Amino acid sequence: MSGLPDAQLPGGPLPQAWQHCKEGLPLVSPQRKRQLRLLVVGSGLAGASAAATLAEQGYQVRLLSFHDSPRRAHSVAAQGGINAARPRAADGDSISRLFADTVRGGDFRAREAGCWRLAEISSGIIDQCVAQGVPFAREYGGSLATRNFGGALVSRTFYARGQTGQQLLYGAYQALMRQVAAGRVELLCRRDVLEIITVEGVARGVVARHLISGELEVHTAQAVLLASGGYSNVYFLSTNALKSNASAIWRAHRQGALLANPCFTQIHPTCIPSGDAYQSKLTLMSESLRNDGRVWLPLQPADPRPPAEIPEQERDYFLERLYPAYGNMVPRDLASRRARELCQAGHGVGPGGRSVYLDLRDAISSQGASTIESRYGNLLQMYERITGEDPYTTPLRIYPAPHYTMGGLWVDYRLMSSIPGLFVLGEANFSEHGANRLGASALMQGLADGYFIAPLTVTAWLAGHATPAIAADHPACREARARAAGRIAALLQVAGPRPVDAFHRELGAVMIERCGISRDAAGLRAGLAEVAALEQRFHAEVRLPGTAAGPNPELEKALRLEDFFGLAQLMLRDALAREESCGAHFREEHQTADGEARRDDSRFAHIAAWEHRGGADPVRHAEPLRFTSLEPSARSYR
Amino acid sequence: MSSRTLCLHLRIWRQESAQAPGGFCDYTLESVSADLSLLEALDQLNEQLITAGERPVSMEHDCREGICGSCGFLVNGQAHGPRAATSVCQLYLRQFSSGERLTLEPWRAAAFPLVQDLAVDRSALDRLIAAGGYCSVNTGQAADGNAMLVGAEQARSAFDTATCIGCGACVASCRNASASLFVAAKLAHLGQLPQGQPERARRARAMQQQMGQEGFGSCSSHLECEAVCPQEISADWISWMHREERRSAG
Ligand SMILES: Cc1cc2nc3c(=O)[nH]c(=O)nc-3n(C[C@H](O)[C@H](O)[C@H](O)COP(=O)(O)OP(=O)(O)OC[C@H]3O[C@@H](n4cnc5c(N)ncnc54)[C@H](O)[C@@H]3O)c2cc1C
Ligand code: SF4
Ligand code: FES
Repeated sequence: MSGLPDAQLPGGPLPQAWQHCKEGLPLVSPQRKRQLRLLVVGSGLAGASAAATLAEQGYQVRLLSFHDSPRRAHSVAAQGGINAARPRAADGDSISRLFADTVRGGDFRAREAGCWRLAEISSGIIDQCVAQGVPFAREYGGSLATRNFGGALVSRTFYARGQTGQQLLYGAYQALMRQVAAGRVELLCRRDVLEIITVEGVARGVVARHLISGELEVHTAQAVLLASGGYSNVYFLSTNALKSNASAIWRAHRQGALLANPCFTQIHPTCIPSGDAYQSKLTLMSESLRNDGRVWLPLQPADPRPPAEIPEQERDYFLERLYPAYGNMVPRDLASRRARELCQAGHGVGPGGRSVYLDLRDAISSQGASTIESRYGNLLQMYERITGEDPYTTPLRIYPAPHYTMGGLWVDYRLMSSIPGLFVLGEANFSEHGANRLGASALMQGLADGYFIAPLTVTAWLAGHATPAIAADHPACREARARAAGRIAALLQVAGPRPVDAFHRELGAVMIERCGISRDAAGLRAGLAEVAALEQRFHAEVRLPGTAAGPNPELEKALRLEDFFGLAQLMLRDALAREESCGAHFREEHQTADGEARRDDSRFAHIAAWEHRGGADPVRHAEPLRFTSLEPSARSYR
Repeated sequence: MSSRTLCLHLRIWRQESAQAPGGFCDYTLESVSADLSLLEALDQLNEQLITAGERPVSMEHDCREGICGSCGFLVNGQAHGPRAATSVCQLYLRQFSSGERLTLEPWRAAAFPLVQDLAVDRSALDRLIAAGGYCSVNTGQAADGNAMLVGAEQARSAFDTATCIGCGACVASCRNASASLFVAAKLAHLGQLPQGQPERARRARAMQQQMGQEGFGSCSSHLECEAVCPQEISADWISWMHREERRSAG
């Protein structure tokens, strides 16, 4: 491959760009659609919505998902809400404001055409979901309710208590099951996609392992859509569901798909801190709690007193102090960094001084416990279960944790990767979020991709490229299947002393230390060596019980971890090459005198897209970013 | 948070596949942190088993925060264990005392064939949804979401039933292995909203019929389902569903 493929960005003014693009996209006749098969990998918001919509249009859709049911995809866990610009709102919201917040929130490292389109589609997403029966919160008069969310000054976040992702996913899942019943979607659950099949550089299918029988299956089609979600689990402890993985995108990367901005990992400031070494995950407390909760730490380092005994004047409401305009609502990267610094300076509370208080006391006394309960009841209950502490009477303890990956497979404006015929949707692509995702916009992006963008752009591609699906015994299929079988055999053969999780925990520790809330060159270089060494040890010392036949959860984990090792090294490389601080990527060498991030637009106003090169070092390509509508400015929330 | 540790005796149902014979095996975890969840304690047990060259215990899990509905097995005969309104991934060891014995078994219902150990196949619940648990609206055809007003109370009540996570505990705890609470929750979610009205009667009939086909039993009002539901979905909705049936029949 030489350089980057064309990003297909629209010309002309942003507000009409998507409309123009849509009108120019070629169509496929209904009769032909019925003869074309599409593979969708993943049944989260992005995959389920795309599969349902493409099936409605008449395609034969085959959907493969790791889970036993589409309803369990990780999207189900999203708590806070989904943004949409509804221009009728009295607080003056508009498409251009949501656009501007998205671009600024992403610290000018996203394409503006994509951000505009996302803002433009957002309102239609809400309508679609309402029509499916998603029970969004309503005002007493019956209209849709909204709330404020981190990083925005207008109230544009639609929600269903603390379970917005769940309700949106059930809407998409139900739309999907309707198509399954109609015979238009073939649903194949419990399938782990382990390889992408390409023929002459075009995506033609996947190899999947049946998680019950252990059999390797070949699935072929006219186009493949990956909607396999994010990879924060590379950190071991993260807010992601345990099975969230990078396998599908990493295997696509190895087949030639560029991977963009892998180092941009959002660290979420409000998670329940970790305790025991055997803890398996970190649980998010929705940042909507910051609407009512005040973040503070004792002024005195290592203050041993319980929070209730610390008088007002000895509390440091540090976000309110440092960022008077946004206060507790500053974007996630700032809130995370400030919390970490103060904890490192000895002000932290809880075990190991690794948490800060999120205090609902003032909100409870002014609005009443029942109002707070109606807003956040399920979250607070969850907190109580995990920590054994009552958040109504004592402040919650929170700490930043890896949460969302802005990086992913590079896609053009039409969501096609650099492998023709391979589309990537939702968190699996590198998306519109730039260096730092604005709260409540991942759900929006997943659904925009699945309901409204991919169905048109996949069609447009098929109009020009559909050739018959290849047979399952095509040499490319046999090769891909052999690659998967070879990996499995190699892993099973090691027979070392240590279980997979032990290695995963070590990888996570390296990644959080070297490529977490803040990074520096020396640490990143050390991280590269540490991960490479750990990977070697993994291949020499891992122990997998059982065989390739039948269910083997340890084998599933080992395959996942093997992919994480490769991805982790690319993340470190990407972080090392980006010698600036922007959004979630904070390089300690590049900061202002008062500790804020210093972006370098002259050298880094681009998307970094990495090309895999067999045994050699990967190659970094740069897609320049142009801003015609907003002047790149320093992000300031002070 | 405490730094307490405890000793747990686990009696776990082991069965390699639906065809293989199964039986209980006993394990002891000598000192596990009380701050761990039961699933994390099983992770710890599994690491010990793997290191000793044995097959680890299979269990379903994913989100580990009580929202995906993957996890679920019987703890001392109770679906999801002793704590009300809590799925098993949210069961923390501080709930138990040191030396306690816990018996762990998979859901048992004809419609949920066993996969391995504690894991069962609940795809029958997906087929219930496919039978009619949706609103028929194609993408791009939706009207303005504010065009149809839905009162705050009505939205909340619909929401309360929409939160079912499809874990199957209601089925597992019902002596008839009925999926009535699951079906009632979906009928009530959509039936309480204006969007769900056009297909209300058809939906009720189709889901009921599918329930029979999948081998779920019928409801005889023992209300065990309500007691174990991690989402606290009220069994009153089952009575509501029965009224729906009469309505759709008449
Ligand atoms: C705790 C939490 C709270 C959040 N809250 C919010 C919020 O309030 N607002 C917001 O906008 N965003 C939120 N997010 C982010 C948002 O939920 C996700 O980015 C989004 O849901 C991702 O959707 P997706 O469809 O891309 O992927 P997912 O929902 O992760 O789905 C991935 C799918 O791919 C399948 N899959 C993965 N790998 C394979 C494979 N190898 N083979 C086969 N199948 C595979 C899985 O089975 C699954 O079906 C939150 C995230 C977390 C972790
Ligand atoms: S009704 Fe309750 S117990 Fe039954 S599947 Fe739903 S959440 Fe689980
Ligand atoms: S693991 Fe998701 S509900 Fe328990």
